Amino acid sequence: MTLDATDRAILNRMQDDLPLISHPYAAVAEELGLSEYDLLARLARMKEDRVITRFGPFFDAAAMGGAFCLCAMAVPAEKFETVLTKVNAHPEVAHNYERTHRLNMWFVLATETPEGIEAAADAIERETGTQVLRFPKLQEFFIGFRVAA
Amino acid sequence: MIDAKDREIIEALQGGLPLVPAPYAQVADRLGIDEDALLHRLAELKSRGVIRRIAAAPNHYKLGMTSNGMTVWDVEDARITDLGAQIGALPFVTHCYERPRALPDWPYNLFAMVHGKDRDEVEEKRAEITAILGDTCRAKDILYSTRILKKTGLRLKSKEQAKG
Repeated sequence: MTLDATDRAILNRMQDDLPLISHPYAAVAEELGLSEYDLLARLARMKEDRVITRFGPFFDAAAMGGAFCLCAMAVPAEKFETVLTKVNAHPEVAHNYERTHRLNMWFVLATETPEGIEAAADAIERETGTQVLRFPKLQEFFIGFRVAA
Repeated sequence: MIDAKDREIIEALQGGLPLVPAPYAQVADRLGIDEDALLHRLAELKSRGVIRRIAAAPNHYKLGMTSNGMTVWDVEDARITDLGAQIGALPFVTHCYERPRALPDWPYNLFAMVHGKDRDEVEEKRAEITAILGDTCRAKDILYSTRILKKTGLRLKSKEQAKG
């Protein structure tokens, strides 16, 4: 799909926090000089076309008493799809990327308890016969996420 | 920590916020509570940091930001807090963390995610980081993402799964 200037303005605005009120889309639509109907229709279209992968609250597993951990594996090419299926089957795997390195599979575990990280990583190691390197964050310097549309 | 009520709310919202004029009323209805009670709970979850924000996660690829490089650096431990703050403040760095090394294979302790239209743009941005780190950087690498294999965000286990 092609994005027009209005879509881009919506995307830029919607990466920032939405007000926690009964009619949040009406409030954002007013900020952007759009009708609520137009805003909702464009959001629905962008979600359907996967320009927006997800819209809603971002939860912090750590604040719930849980944890996040970046993990990496060196998966041989011929085993990649088999290992991928096994890794992605775990609901704790929040996202997963293939990358250009000997360590070619990088995923984030999000669990409700700190022990959940070790349990999930150990289970993946057992199921795949491949070591799971664990890179928990020690310090976070900035968490912006935003990308200019 | 979250209680059973919070958990129900999180489960109801982890798939996303409905795209309807009164989304919280719709979710509250499903949960059998009233809208004000839900908004109140959500405000509380936000003040505790359980909810970071309510927003859209864009697909970088579909926005033409097709190149995504995880730049990694081996920086002296004594300097990392200062340097990490400088790198994290760069407008093109979307995530920046100190993480443990995994020696001998992985000497890097500073991770900074950089997005661009193409690899040339990512390399230009990476060169800016190289310049800032200067001699304090002992080794570096970049890992481009070649495929999104999964992207769902946090999912709580269903109660059935949690028992197992």
